[in-house]
Amino acid sequence: MPTRTDRDAIRLRDLSFTWPGRTGFSLTVPEFSVAAGEKLFLLGESGSGKSTLLSLICGIAAPRAGQVAVDGVDLARLRGPARDRFRANRIGVIFQMFNLLPYASPLENILLPLAFAPERRTSVGDPHAEALRLTGALGLDPDLVLRARASELSIGQQQRVAAARALIGGPRLVIADEPTSALDAATQGAFIELLMSQVDAAGATLVLVSHDARLADRFDRVRDISEIAVTGRAAA
Amino acid sequence: MILIRLAGQSLWSRRLTVALTVFAIALSVALFLGVEKLRTGAKASFADTISGTDLIVGARSGGVQLLLYSVFRVGNATNNVTWESYQDIAAREEVAWIVPMSLGDSHRGFRVLGTTPAFFERYRFRGGRALSYAEGARFDDLFDAVLGADVAAQLGYALGQEIVVAHGVASFTEHDDKPFRVTGILDKTGTPVDRTVFVSLEAIEAIHVDWSGGGRSRDTVSAEEVRAMDLTPGAVTAALVGVSSKLQIFGLQRWVNEYPEEPLLAILPGVALGELWDIIGVAESALVGVSAMVVVTALLGMAAMIFSGLNERRREMAILRAVGARPWTILLLLMTEAALMSLVAVIVGVGLLYTGLFFARSYIDTAFGLYLQIGAPSGRELAVLASVVAAGTVVSLVPALRAYRMSLTDGMQVRI
Repeated sequence: MPTRTDRDAIRLRDLSFTWPGRTGFSLTVPEFSVAAGEKLFLLGESGSGKSTLLSLICGIAAPRAGQVAVDGVDLARLRGPARDRFRANRIGVIFQMFNLLPYASPLENILLPLAFAPERRTSVGDPHAEALRLTGALGLDPDLVLRARASELSIGQQQRVAAARALIGGPRLVIADEPTSALDAATQGAFIELLMSQVDAAGATLVLVSHDARLADRFDRVRDISEIAVTGRAAA
Repeated sequence: MILIRLAGQSLWSRRLTVALTVFAIALSVALFLGVEKLRTGAKASFADTISGTDLIVGARSGGVQLLLYSVFRVGNATNNVTWESYQDIAAREEVAWIVPMSLGDSHRGFRVLGTTPAFFERYRFRGGRALSYAEGARFDDLFDAVLGADVAAQLGYALGQEIVVAHGVASFTEHDDKPFRVTGILDKTGTPVDRTVFVSLEAIEAIHVDWSGGGRSRDTVSAEEVRAMDLTPGAVTAALVGVSSKLQIFGLQRWVNEYPEEPLLAILPGVALGELWDIIGVAESALVGVSAMVVVTALLGMAAMIFSGLNERRREMAILRAVGARPWTILLLLMTEAALMSLVAVIVGVGLLYTGLFFARSYIDTAFGLYLQIGAPSGRELAVLASVVAAGTVVSLVPALRAYRMSLTDGMQVRI
C-alpha cells in the first residue's frame, strides 16, 4: 500500500538509482523535498543527472533503494503500471520542445492526458471548455487551438499548448524540463509568467529545470542539482 | 477508443507511405483471392465439361484415358466398341438414350467426331446447359459438318465452307474425294466441343468405305456412289449413355464392365473428372502457394515500414509516456496501427478483386471458357481475409515489441 508521508509535494530520501545496462550511471539523493504549492527552480547542466532525477520523480524509473514520495505517495512501492497511472493523474509534464503529437490538433493534444487519467478527467467538468479557458489564459487564439494542426504552430505556441496540457484537470505537480530554452529571450519571461500564474490558479507545485539562471529570480527557491544529487559512473 | 483514434491520426499523417504499404497488401490480397477464384472457377468449369451424361462407355482401358479421348479429345482409343456391343447396350431397358462417338480423323489439327444428331441434344455442360448454334443448324445431309466455336474462329470458316477431313490425327492423307460442307457453327462453350468438327456417324463410315489398312484401296467409291450404300458402322469409339433412373447407373456400369463378348469399360464422368483433376490439380497448389508468398511479402513490407518509422516516432512515444501511457499502451498502439492497415488493405483488396472480376469476367468467359461467379466471399475466402488481418497484426508484434523496449528505456526523454 502507498504510504502517506507528509504535506510535501516531493520528498526524496536515501535515494539511490542505477540505470540498467553497461553505462553504469548512478545517482544518489540523500535528502530533498519540495513543499506543496512551492515554485522551485532547479539549476542543472545536461549530464548533471537532471533527466534521471525527473524520471524518478515522474515514476518512469524506479529507485533501487530509498523513498520517492510525490504528493504523499511513495512511488518506490508502486509497480510500473500503477506509477504510470499515478503520473497520469497527478503530474503534468512540459518538455523542452517536441511536446505535441504533430498529427493531432492542439485541442486533442491538450485533452490527451485525460484519456489516461480518470481522476483528472472527473475533476474537469467540460474538457473542451476547460482547454479553451486554459489556452485563453495562456494567450492562445481559440481558433488556432481548435483548427490548426500542432505541426503548424510556432515553438512558442507549442510550448503554451504543452503548458495547457500539463495543467488541465488540475494535477498536483507540474514538471517543466527546460521549457523555455527553445524560445527567444523576449518570450521566455512572458512564458514563465503565464505558466506561473496558471500554476498558482490551479494551486499546484511547480518544478522547473533549466541551465539558464537568469530565469531563477521569479521562483520561491532555487537549488542547484549538483547540491541535491550525487552522480557517479561505476567502473564497467 | 483513444488508441484507435490516435492510430488513425498517426496513420493519416503518414498517409503516403501508409497508402503505398496498404496498396501493396491490397494487391497481394486481390491476387490471392483472384487466384482462388480462378482456381475454383477452373475446377468448376472443368467438372462442368460434361454433365447430364450418366456413363461413358468405351473399350477397356483406364477411366482417365477413356475420359481423355472421349470428352477431351486427347490421345487415342486403344480399341473400339463393336457395333453389336453398342446395340446390346442400347437395347438395355435401363438405357434412356445413347449417343455413339466415332473418333480418329482430324481436320487441320481439330478432331473430327462422328456422331448422331442426338449428341447436340444430349451433350450438356456447365450444370445442364445445352449446345446452341451461333449460325446455321445441325447436319442433315451425309456430308454436312458442324463446327465448334474455336474451329470456326481460328480457321475463319463460315457457313457453306467446304472442308476436307484428314485420315488420322496427324496425317497428310486426306479424304479429299469426299468433302464436307459446313452447315452449323456452335456457340462458345469453354469445353472441348469448341475444338471439334462434328459429322454424322454414317459420314465417318462413308469416307472410309474405300480405305483399308490405313491407305486408300484401288476400288474407289465416289461421293455419289457411297450414298447408296449401307453405312452402318462396324464399330464406334465410345458412347455417352443416359439412364432412365439414376438408381440404375451402378447396375448398368457393372453390367457393361462384365460384358462377356468383349472387354468394355463404363465410367461415371464426374468420378473420372475428379480423378483427372487430382492429377492436373498439382499446378493449382503451386499457384496458391506463390500467391500466399506474395501476401507474406507484403505483410513483411508493412512490418519493415513500421520498423523504419520507429526512430522518428520516439518523441511521440515519449509524449505518450509523459501523459501517463504505459509501455504496454505503446505496444498496443503500434499493433492497432498494423491491424487498421491490414483491415483497410483487405477491404481495398476485395474491392480491387470485384472490380477486376466485374470488368474481366465476360472476357475471361469468351477467351478461356472460364465462367467466374461474382458472389459474396465464401467462408474460405473470409477466413483467408481474417487471417491476413491477424497475420498483419502478429507480424507487427516485432516492431511493437521493439517500441515497447524503447519506451521502457527512453522513458520521457526525447532521443532523436
